[in-house]
Amino acid sequence: MTLGKKAFGVGIVALTGLCAFGVIGVVVYVMTTIIIGGHHMMSWTFLTAAPAEGMTAGGIFPAIAGTFFLVVIMSAVGVPVGTITAIYLAEYVRQDSWIAKSIRFAVNTLAGIPSIVFGLFGLGFFIQFVGRNMDKLMTPQGELVWGQPCILWASLTMALLTLPVVIVSVEEAVKAVPRDLREASLALGATKWQTILRIVLPNSITGILTGGILAVSRGAGEVAPILFTGAAYFLPHLPTKLSDQFMELGYHVYIMSTQSTNVEQTAGIQYATTLVLLLLTFLLNFTAIYLRFWMRKRSLQ
Amino acid sequence: MENETSRVVIRADKVSLWYGAKRALCDISMDMQEKCVTAFIGPSGCGKSTFLRLFNRMNDLIDNVRISGNIVIDGVDVYQTSIDVVDLRRKVGMIFQKSNPFPKSVFENVAYGPRIQGIRNRGDLDAIVEQCLRQSALWDEVKDGLHGSALGLSGGQQQRLCIARALAVKPEILLMDEPASALDPLSTAKIEELIYTLKNDYTIVIVTHNMQQASRVSDYTAFFYMGELIEYDKTPMMFTSPKLKRTEDYITGRFG
Repeated sequence: MTLGKKAFGVGIVALTGLCAFGVIGVVVYVMTTIIIGGHHMMSWTFLTAAPAEGMTAGGIFPAIAGTFFLVVIMSAVGVPVGTITAIYLAEYVRQDSWIAKSIRFAVNTLAGIPSIVFGLFGLGFFIQFVGRNMDKLMTPQGELVWGQPCILWASLTMALLTLPVVIVSVEEAVKAVPRDLREASLALGATKWQTILRIVLPNSITGILTGGILAVSRGAGEVAPILFTGAAYFLPHLPTKLSDQFMELGYHVYIMSTQSTNVEQTAGIQYATTLVLLLLTFLLNFTAIYLRFWMRKRSLQ
Repeated sequence: MENETSRVVIRADKVSLWYGAKRALCDISMDMQEKCVTAFIGPSGCGKSTFLRLFNRMNDLIDNVRISGNIVIDGVDVYQTSIDVVDLRRKVGMIFQKSNPFPKSVFENVAYGPRIQGIRNRGDLDAIVEQCLRQSALWDEVKDGLHGSALGLSGGQQQRLCIARALAVKPEILLMDEPASALDPLSTAKIEELIYTLKNDYTIVIVTHNMQQASRVSDYTAFFYMGELIEYDKTPMMFTSPKLKRTEDYITGRFG
């Protein structure tokens, strides 16, 4: 080997290594900045109090609660719909048929649409079309109840956005249920639906949970879909009904850093809010990873 | 052992089967007698399992299968369009090569069939579970752990649990697809004893790789080779004086 070739080899190792460590570096830098900037604001009061004095003091409780409500309603809609779609895809339709192909194409496309497009879709479809027409039917005086941004439409928009995550993860789990068990059930005179309900679904429950949690952690980090569909700048109270607006962590960070009267003064609050949002997302992701690990371990036994 | 007046329960008439363009079964015609054990023997890939799975239409689950000829069970052609496959499978139970208990408790495994038929009464279920576990000679081993996981049982126990689970549906026919091939000799002996007692009440068709097993448990033996039925006779005849040289060669271990 010539000296030139050796040097070239060393250069490649250095370059690939640099890129790889660069990734770690970015994560470390982001996390350190946020922790340094926000840790002094973190307190019990910060987590449990409402914003005060024009959002330059106080806590972020309404945003935490709003995020929580958002993901709960989103999951309550998205997980069942995604699960049912996945079951149809994995169990009922022939894998090489055009129906299966078009569903898969739609799911992949849905996963690739920018989140702001979902936000605009939510505004156009849920609020202006569905909501306005509901109002016309239910309140003859023309009051605005559903035809305006609210937590229901925001959650439904978010459910659409996270649907592909749920479908993919449930479909994987459903397909992983051993053929043996399905055959055993069918051979006992169970119908296909009984087999799905009693054997396939119980054995893919962890996959469904994983899908739900991945959807939640994806949804909790998105701001664009709720920008026009329900998130509020500031609300002194929590949402009490589905037609109320709500505060949300990601949106709170966005408005604090762009719309606030004094961005410098609230820097600590912004860092701390970001930290809470990140911790929440990490927590959910780790739960998903742990569930998968547990599922794999159990299926090996 | 043999009963000359016995009734034909399963009749196969010129049955052929194709996987895509590949012909796996070739014009098979044979009758199987009520409350007898019929063994299917032959080398791997000879079509014996495929043939067995026609009787409860388990081949329906595989794409690109084409069948010709008739399978008649109790006088009814099971491939006619008006047949309810679910009813057929309740009448024709199946035990698989690899024991496949559900990841549920012992009790819930046996109660699965009755439950899907709508039996909810706890007393009825208790009675069925106990009766079927006794029938499959497993009761004494599991009666104190009915609600423990079925996956905690040994391989042989799991297979007997699968038999109990199949019996709980009250079938008339039991299809066994190499039920003991994954078991140790002691567990195999227990399964064989069980088959011997079960034939008092059920018509049994068993696929086996094991010549000794076929000669021990069956009344009739059918030898398959390359998708064809080569020879079919009473078991003692097959093992002492087979008519064809190919059968003799296989039985004595000269090929296969």
